Amino acid sequence: MLARGLDAMRIQVNGEKRTLAAGVTVAGLLTELDIRPDRVAVELNLSILDRSEFERRSLQEGDRIEIISFIGGGARERA
Amino acid sequence: MADDRLTIAGREFKSRLWVGTGKYKDFVETKKAIEASGADVVTVAVRRVNITDRSKENLLDYIDPKKYTILPNTAGCYTVEDAVRYSRLARAAGVSDLVKLEVIGDEKTLFPDTAGLIEAAKILIKEGFVVLPYTNDDPIVAKKLVDIGCPAVMPLAAPIGSGLGIRNPYNLKIILETVKVPIIVDAGVGTASDAALAMEYGADAVLMNTAIAGAKDPIMMAEAMKYAVEAGRLAYKAGRIPRKLYATASSPIEGML
Repeated sequence: MLARGLDAMRIQVNGEKRTLAAGVTVAGLLTELDIRPDRVAVELNLSILDRSEFERRSLQEGDRIEIISFIGGGARERA
Repeated sequence: MADDRLTIAGREFKSRLWVGTGKYKDFVETKKAIEASGADVVTVAVRRVNITDRSKENLLDYIDPKKYTILPNTAGCYTVEDAVRYSRLARAAGVSDLVKLEVIGDEKTLFPDTAGLIEAAKILIKEGFVVLPYTNDDPIVAKKLVDIGCPAVMPLAAPIGSGLGIRNPYNLKIILETVKVPIIVDAGVGTASDAALAMEYGADAVLMNTAIAGAKDPIMMAEAMKYAVEAGRLAYKAGRIPRKLYATASSPIEGML
């Protein structure tokens, strides 16, 4: 996934910088990260994406993406 | 108890004990404790997926969303904006509009910021969320939350994770008397008698996490809490005797020598 050169783009995934091949879709990124799309929510540049958009939404240089899911929690944890 | 179901916003729940899923040793223990508790509503937190270590298992592999009502919370949110954002993400990740709304006011007490809570609840209700608000034991705030459309209210017994039990039974009683939606006592329970007491007062359900997960034997404590909530509920429905200063003989005087 560490594509380099002209066809690469830099984005931020869950706060971490990543270099990806240009034009990768949200679904493609989830596959690369080994994440099941049915268990997560994706926020792209602060807008929540509908699952139906994962396949067709291509990522672009500078995008900030958040991938979240449910973890064990009562009420103690801090964000 | 099969006919004694709790109904909130058209959803029926058979257990009046709701449990959190945090602070367990591992997912196996989480699953066993939840099973022992008999709960059908379990709370979860909304967090970033760990993208560097994908070996970590998913909670939902152990807690089947078809079997349990997954209630996402906004724990850790200190602002209206964060609480709304986390709620929207929870809805996008899950399958329902339910959210246990928390807007925390202070790191040391984890007491709710009730002004922020009401503001966030208004926004989310307008967006179609079923908002279950974690609030203080304040009857006025509880009433306001109902007025803006919350189908249940979740007042604390004591600070989250404190195990202090019901610190203000009189406020809780006023809430139970004046608020006409289900009341779920949330946070602060330490042991079984605390849960039983909440139910004896007339609470509709109790939600807890630390009291079970933090016990020496969480699975046994989960079972204890199940019985406590059932016993408290039955005692409430049965109607306790009044307290009196002096004795009343249980055995008849008649027929004595």
